[in-house]
Amino acid sequence: MSTNAFSTYETAWCPGCGNFGILDCLKTALEELDLNPSDVLMVAGIGQAAKIPQYISTNSFCGLHGRALPAAVAAKIANEKLTVIVSTGDGDTYGEGGNHFLHNIRRNVNITHFVHDNQVYGLTKGQASPTSDEGLVTDVQTTGNINTPLNPVLLAIAAGAGFVARSFSGDKDQLVATMKQAIAHEGYSFVDILQPCVSFNKVNTFSYYSQRVYHLDDSYNVTDKAASMQKAMEYGDRIPLGVIYRESKPTFHQKNAVLKSGGPLLDRINEPEVLQKLISSFI
Amino acid sequence: MYNLLIGGAAGQGIDTMAAILEKLLKRSGYFVLTTRDFMSRVRGGHNFSLIRFGTDAITSHSSKLDGMIALNDETIALHQSALKTNGFILCDSGLKTAHPSAIKIDMDIMAKTLGNSRVSGNIGLGVVLKLFGEEITLVAEVVKSFFKEELVDINIQAVTAGYNSVETRFPHLNGHFGGYMTISGSSAIALGAMAAGLKFYSAYPMSPSTSIMEYLALHSEKAGLVVEQAEDEIAAVNMAIGASFAGARAMTGTSGGGFSLMVEALGLSGMAEIPLVVVDAQRPGPVTGFPTRTEQSDLKFVISASQGEFPRMVIALRNQEDAFHQTFRALNLAEKYQIPVIILSDQYLGDATATVKPFELSGLKTERADEAIDGGYLRYRLTEDGISPRLIPGKTKHLVSADSDEHDEQGWITESAAVRVAMMDKRMRKLKALESVLQEPEFIGPEDFKVLILGWGSTWGPITEAIKLLNAKHGNLYAALVFGDVYPLPKRLLIEKAVSAYDIINVEQNATGQLALLIREQTGIQCTVSILKYDGRQITGEEIVDRIEEGIRK
Repeated sequence: MSTNAFSTYETAWCPGCGNFGILDCLKTALEELDLNPSDVLMVAGIGQAAKIPQYISTNSFCGLHGRALPAAVAAKIANEKLTVIVSTGDGDTYGEGGNHFLHNIRRNVNITHFVHDNQVYGLTKGQASPTSDEGLVTDVQTTGNINTPLNPVLLAIAAGAGFVARSFSGDKDQLVATMKQAIAHEGYSFVDILQPCVSFNKVNTFSYYSQRVYHLDDSYNVTDKAASMQKAMEYGDRIPLGVIYRESKPTFHQKNAVLKSGGPLLDRINEPEVLQKLISSFI
Repeated sequence: MYNLLIGGAAGQGIDTMAAILEKLLKRSGYFVLTTRDFMSRVRGGHNFSLIRFGTDAITSHSSKLDGMIALNDETIALHQSALKTNGFILCDSGLKTAHPSAIKIDMDIMAKTLGNSRVSGNIGLGVVLKLFGEEITLVAEVVKSFFKEELVDINIQAVTAGYNSVETRFPHLNGHFGGYMTISGSSAIALGAMAAGLKFYSAYPMSPSTSIMEYLALHSEKAGLVVEQAEDEIAAVNMAIGASFAGARAMTGTSGGGFSLMVEALGLSGMAEIPLVVVDAQRPGPVTGFPTRTEQSDLKFVISASQGEFPRMVIALRNQEDAFHQTFRALNLAEKYQIPVIILSDQYLGDATATVKPFELSGLKTERADEAIDGGYLRYRLTEDGISPRLIPGKTKHLVSADSDEHDEQGWITESAAVRVAMMDKRMRKLKALESVLQEPEFIGPEDFKVLILGWGSTWGPITEAIKLLNAKHGNLYAALVFGDVYPLPKRLLIEKAVSAYDIINVEQNATGQLALLIREQTGIQCTVSILKYDGRQITGEEIVDRIEEGIRK
């Protein structure tokens, strides 16, 4: 397969944007997994991060702000053969889309969710996001953000996610490896990818992250939930990268009475006798 | 024709009694129309069902009673003024009432004697069957379909005990509807969707649409369709769009409040040209309104909802048979034209059960838009009719994209003024194409009418009866046009009939006369008189007649 299968296009991102690194790693990960572009569906909402499907050669669905997850999950339900990847930002996922984030963890549909977390709203030019540090000064939070930032990794583990990881757009080897594991995981896999926003976040910069991130090594037990939650709370001077928690759980398709057997939903043919019987039951 | 009320507090078993009785009466040959009036509560309060049955088709409920089964005293107090002169009130001897028309039977005592106090309702049913001259033989087979095997015998005994405790009062009439269905609007919608190959239904529970989801969920495994309760209505509609994009026919259903939350997504379906069907089962608004009652006040709302401009279709359901066929049609049209299609139903239609000829499946054709593409694929190719070739991602070697931003033929984001205009015009051209498949409103009445009544959706039933009643009294003066397709608005028949009308009267279940406003906007035709009902209850044929005659007197 050609290494240019997932070719990319001219982008609208600022020079130095963390999204470039993420896009590069995504392309590499998909190629290394030997996936066919026409079998991959990228789903995004609205935002700078959400432009990513426009810049890579796959099927793409760019829907409403905050609403990538419902569309992605339903596309997978319709056709389980698609590799469905949601790639979108921290505002889209934790703000506008918060309710869907929570409840799709519960569904555990086999999709992958990469969140480009730059701790600020980029597309709309610099407001605080749900993960912004306290004290971040913006044109709306003029005296500094007073809301406690969400800890999405902790939230995901607590809500029952079966694959939770953190990466950094500047650590490309680690990011590619994590992306591949996430895509291969059976069930909802979630990766919070820290990235700088050169235009609007002057605090959480490339060097800010570089100085703090470190890799979790083999001594860390990814299957101990309580320990993972402790590890998730470690965020500040030291920020651990890697798979924070992993658990094998039955997927939505395995649990759903209709989907557990019979192949992709969209290919199934309705038996006319079924409907005939239902009509007769009203007589 | 007879009219019976079963009334009591929520939780007393009114629904079960009504369901058994309507089934029995229908099997006995009658055309049965059952309408339900209930409060937004699980226990207590006052609920009632009206069962109207006769030898000819019945299209409207009536407030005048031949009899009532009163499960509590409150029912008698509330409805006694509606009782006809030789009407009866059947109740347990334990009730306080001393009403002269009361038939008091020791139903609770008899039930206890039989061994289960909960069968007292079926004792009452037995009384009713005998009063109306029915044969006891039908009972066994109907009871079997309502109760678990171990409860069948005692319930048959209960009905028989009631049957033997009175004499016949009303003669049995011979109808020919024994082999017909009794079906609610909600079930008919569900069946219509299934017949059209529905594969995915996502929804958030909301009265009066929940029964659609419940019916589909009950039969989802057999039918091979996935029903998913969404975390909110925004998820429900976006899931339906995602499933549809990926090639599974999808639908969602809700009421006005839920539809309000779905509004942005309508634009997504319109812009990205992804087929979508949304059922708005209307109830009185605004906001919470009367959660369990009926109204048709979302017409203007659903026609214009969502920012910007894009093509859509709106179809209002007129009766239970319409509910099946139009839902089937909606799914086909949504796919063919790649637009959102909104179905307007309401609590009255959704919860009422009518007698309908069994749906015929053999003639139904599901039109799938499958394309084989040579060369490169342009998802939003500019075409003469505005409909671009639609491929399903993963089922083709071509890449498929959908975008909520303005986009070019490829589906890539654009800022170009020229492309924008070309795309907007392409999408809006689909409205023109839709005009060729519009169905004209149903014309009811004589060709030489003088007064034209206009209505839409479920007022079809009351209007149909009103035309009959009015013309029987006043000669061939009245006719009606009842709209199913409301947007785009079919105009041919309307313009033709309006020309010969001395008066045009709109009959609607809303406060502002929304159909009249739409018709005036689209054709310039003005209604001279408005009959509007917005108290949460459906108008009857008799009430339309009364209000028209009152207007004549003035």
